[in-house]
Amino acid sequence: MLLDVRDLRKSFPAADGPVTILDGVSLSLDAGETMALSGESGSGKSTLLHIVAGLEPADSGSVEINGVDLKGLGDAPRARLRRETIGVVFQQFNLIPSLDVAANIAFQARLAKRHDLDWTRELTVKLGLAEHVAKYPEQLSGGQQQRVAIGRAIAAKPPLVLADEPTGNLDEATGDAVFDLLLALARDTGAGLLIVTHSQRLAARADRQMHLSHGRVTA
Amino acid sequence: MTRTVLSALLSHWRRRPFQFVTLILGLALATALWSGVQAINAEARKSYGDAASVLGGGGLSELVATNGGPIAPETYVALRRAGWLVSPVIDGWLPGDPGRVRLLGMDPLTAPRDGAARDAIFNSGASGFLGADGVLLAAPATAERLAGLGDRIRVVDGLAPGIAFADLASAAALLEVDGYSRLLLLPDQPLIQQPLAAIARDLIVEKPATADDLGRLTDSFHLNLTAFGLLSFAVGLFIVNGAVGLAFEQRRPVFRTLRALGVTSAQLVALLTIELLIFAIIAGAIGIALGYVIAAALLPDVAATLRGLYGASVEGTLTLSPLWWASGIAIAVLGTALASATGLWRVARLQPLAAAQPRAWAMASDRSMRAQLGLAVLCLLIAVAAGVFGGSLQSGFVLLGGLLLAAALALPSVLSALVSVAARLSRGVVTEWFWADTRQQLPGLSLALMALLLALAANIGVGTMVESFRLTFTGWLDQRLASELYVTAEDDAQVPALLAYLEPRTDAILPIWSVEREVLGAPGEIFGVVDHPTYRENWPMLSAAPDVWDRLAAGDGALVNEQLARREGLSVGDDITMPGGWVISVLGVYSDYGNPLRQVIIPNAVLVMRYPEAERRDFGLRLPRSDVDDLKRDLVEEFGLHEDNMVDQAAIKAFSLSIFERTFAVTGALNVLTLAVAGIAILTSLLTLASMRLPQLAPVWALGMTRRTLGRIELIRALVLAALTFVLSIPVGLALAWVLLAVINVEAFGWRLPMYLFPADWLRLGGLSLIAAALAGLWPARRLATRPPADLIRVFAHER
Repeated sequence: MLLDVRDLRKSFPAADGPVTILDGVSLSLDAGETMALSGESGSGKSTLLHIVAGLEPADSGSVEINGVDLKGLGDAPRARLRRETIGVVFQQFNLIPSLDVAANIAFQARLAKRHDLDWTRELTVKLGLAEHVAKYPEQLSGGQQQRVAIGRAIAAKPPLVLADEPTGNLDEATGDAVFDLLLALARDTGAGLLIVTHSQRLAARADRQMHLSHGRVTA
Repeated sequence: MTRTVLSALLSHWRRRPFQFVTLILGLALATALWSGVQAINAEARKSYGDAASVLGGGGLSELVATNGGPIAPETYVALRRAGWLVSPVIDGWLPGDPGRVRLLGMDPLTAPRDGAARDAIFNSGASGFLGADGVLLAAPATAERLAGLGDRIRVVDGLAPGIAFADLASAAALLEVDGYSRLLLLPDQPLIQQPLAAIARDLIVEKPATADDLGRLTDSFHLNLTAFGLLSFAVGLFIVNGAVGLAFEQRRPVFRTLRALGVTSAQLVALLTIELLIFAIIAGAIGIALGYVIAAALLPDVAATLRGLYGASVEGTLTLSPLWWASGIAIAVLGTALASATGLWRVARLQPLAAAQPRAWAMASDRSMRAQLGLAVLCLLIAVAAGVFGGSLQSGFVLLGGLLLAAALALPSVLSALVSVAARLSRGVVTEWFWADTRQQLPGLSLALMALLLALAANIGVGTMVESFRLTFTGWLDQRLASELYVTAEDDAQVPALLAYLEPRTDAILPIWSVEREVLGAPGEIFGVVDHPTYRENWPMLSAAPDVWDRLAAGDGALVNEQLARREGLSVGDDITMPGGWVISVLGVYSDYGNPLRQVIIPNAVLVMRYPEAERRDFGLRLPRSDVDDLKRDLVEEFGLHEDNMVDQAAIKAFSLSIFERTFAVTGALNVLTLAVAGIAILTSLLTLASMRLPQLAPVWALGMTRRTLGRIELIRALVLAALTFVLSIPVGLALAWVLLAVINVEAFGWRLPMYLFPADWLRLGGLSLIAAALAGLWPARRLATRPPADLIRVFAHER
């Protein structure tokens, strides 16, 4: 199993007592499988994704990626796991503004020492960015920036790709195209894809769907 | 409404206390360094003024004896009877006092009415003052140096430093003199008087050495201090400009909302101006207090320099006037206005729907960098024009300022080009990202780096000047001070016996006779020399006619010092009109470092003939070094010579070098302070940028780089930028040194020094700048390395 999440719990302190964000969430994902995670705002989708990505610790429960339990991993091993095993696509793109498109796409692959120039070129063409490789993020449209972010997440061919509302900042047509691209590339590389989305229409295109409400899995 | 809007504006600072501290600190430091220097200058000028007014203003002419000797009391009486309103003065140095206190004997009944000393006498009761056993009046610090005189000293506030006042009879007894040193010519003389020549043929009217002379001599020194104060002020303003600019950008949403709610653009600008005015007054007050501390710390060195170099007496303690406080606040307000002008202008033009762009502010466009480069070229052109067409001290400072400003303005573009080259040459993803990210950060850090460049260039420039001066000065002293022992007879009567005694015990006796006169309209001194190999072998000539010493010995001409030659455009072969109206041609020009006066050397026989009043009690003695101590001891036993009247070569060298060291201790201290301010500028910039950098750093962290690595990279970035700035500061500093040595020094002091390079000093400074950058970068780097992941994750939740 690529990803195994068990009984995950997370709460945040607030003025009138702790607020529970995740309340015993469990899920699993195999390699090459796609799962859409939906839910209303504040349901805990992004927090779940951040915990799975090793960006944030859980209060309790476990997350195993390729058999490695994230609990107990220090800062450096977690960073290494993110570098080599996980690709992340953020809603806000979060590209590196000082690097051009080509460098942004290759960035994580090079960090993970898995840079394959031919594959990166092929990926750039598939993403429709071949004409824009020398441009900087600020010179691109929102859709183009998100495609760069997808390229960056896929370039290292990580076993697990996490996408946090990748179409949330895009118009419907562009969002559809980006979503399809992400699914296609994940399948091409055999990566497991966990994708957070508001849209039921887009969620239906994934292999499996999961719905979160008030920190619990409801479907 | 005003209170509500002002409260909304001020709330920004409550939420960002560090930014507030940065702003106040920058402004306070800028004000402190400026007002500290001004306090020192004001104190020195006050002392000159006090000294000039002790006997009723410095503008009074005097009657002096043509032979330089005392004026008989009978002559004085004759003049008064003939209707000449004159007041006698006895002037001399109290013997045996290490601090050299000058004693002025005066007649309180005839002294000028506006004299500070006369007022002090009558205010403190004149009865105890009169007579041979009368009291001496002195300022508190001077009185401390005269403790040996016991209860004869009366402390009077406000008197000139370094001078004691006594009745004529008392002064005559203490100085052991007969007659008066000079007679002051009081204002409002009768219209009809007997001619002076008919009463006293041996007296002439002479203008005294006034505060104007002293001011002229010391102006250059004070101008140098002012220039340093201004440089430090400019460096401090870089911090203020950065803090105000960022605060304005961060508050754009508030400004926009206020405009949308009905606040006019003019009201908004007015309220922001009030806010800044409040800050300027707070920071100004702190800065003035700091400036007082700086001035109090530096003043003793400055006082020692002025006393040693120019003979100017300056109190070692500060008395601060309300004007100084007011000017400190004014400079703080002016600085704030300068640093905020652009921000206020933008607010005045702000559209209610304009978006906030704090990150865009920190990452100014290439276009603005190009505009800055254009401005740099303009400054350089102005500097070059000032250098080519100037020819004055002021144009020298325009050259200096233009050069520094051009270098500072061009720095971001040059660094950007260097970083781009490094990015192209680099291999490896982290290195590539490092350079690309560094280039993007440059505009945000440019003000701090410009401040660092200015501080480093000033250090290298001034350091090169001081070390070149030290090297030249030491070599010059070795040449110039060839005699092993310098002896001054107690009085003229002692001279023949002294010479007869010294004749068999020395290899040579070289008279050092001189007279102080105005030379071509400025204070100067005329020395006489005898023909001796000591001069031929050692005198530091810069240019000379063939057979210069033979021709000098034959009375064919004179030697002039470099400062006289440069100021009057003299060269070998030119004629100069000497005091008394006679003309002599220039045979040679010699270097005379450290002397603010013009100097002419003529044969001793000519000096005695032309100026019979010349002092003739000083001699340089050539003898084996091993005999010096024995001779000194014997002279004490045989003639009762005081220790002060015998100075050996080593002691003079040590004294000269100590004056030199103290002179440059002040500039050294200002150098260090400027560097410290630049270090603070880097720290504040890094800390300010740190919060805005999160959106750029969080993705890199999310993609697999640890916070610790990111922190380390941030620290390395600060070090790399400081190192590059340091390397660039070397040519700027050397250009600055050249301007100081070849332009400013020549205009200010009249001598030009050769320039030497001191790479070891640069390395030390480079190390210091790296330490400063490391200290400045450590805190932000550590903050990043230990930043909670939640802060970084927030970046992905919503764009800042």
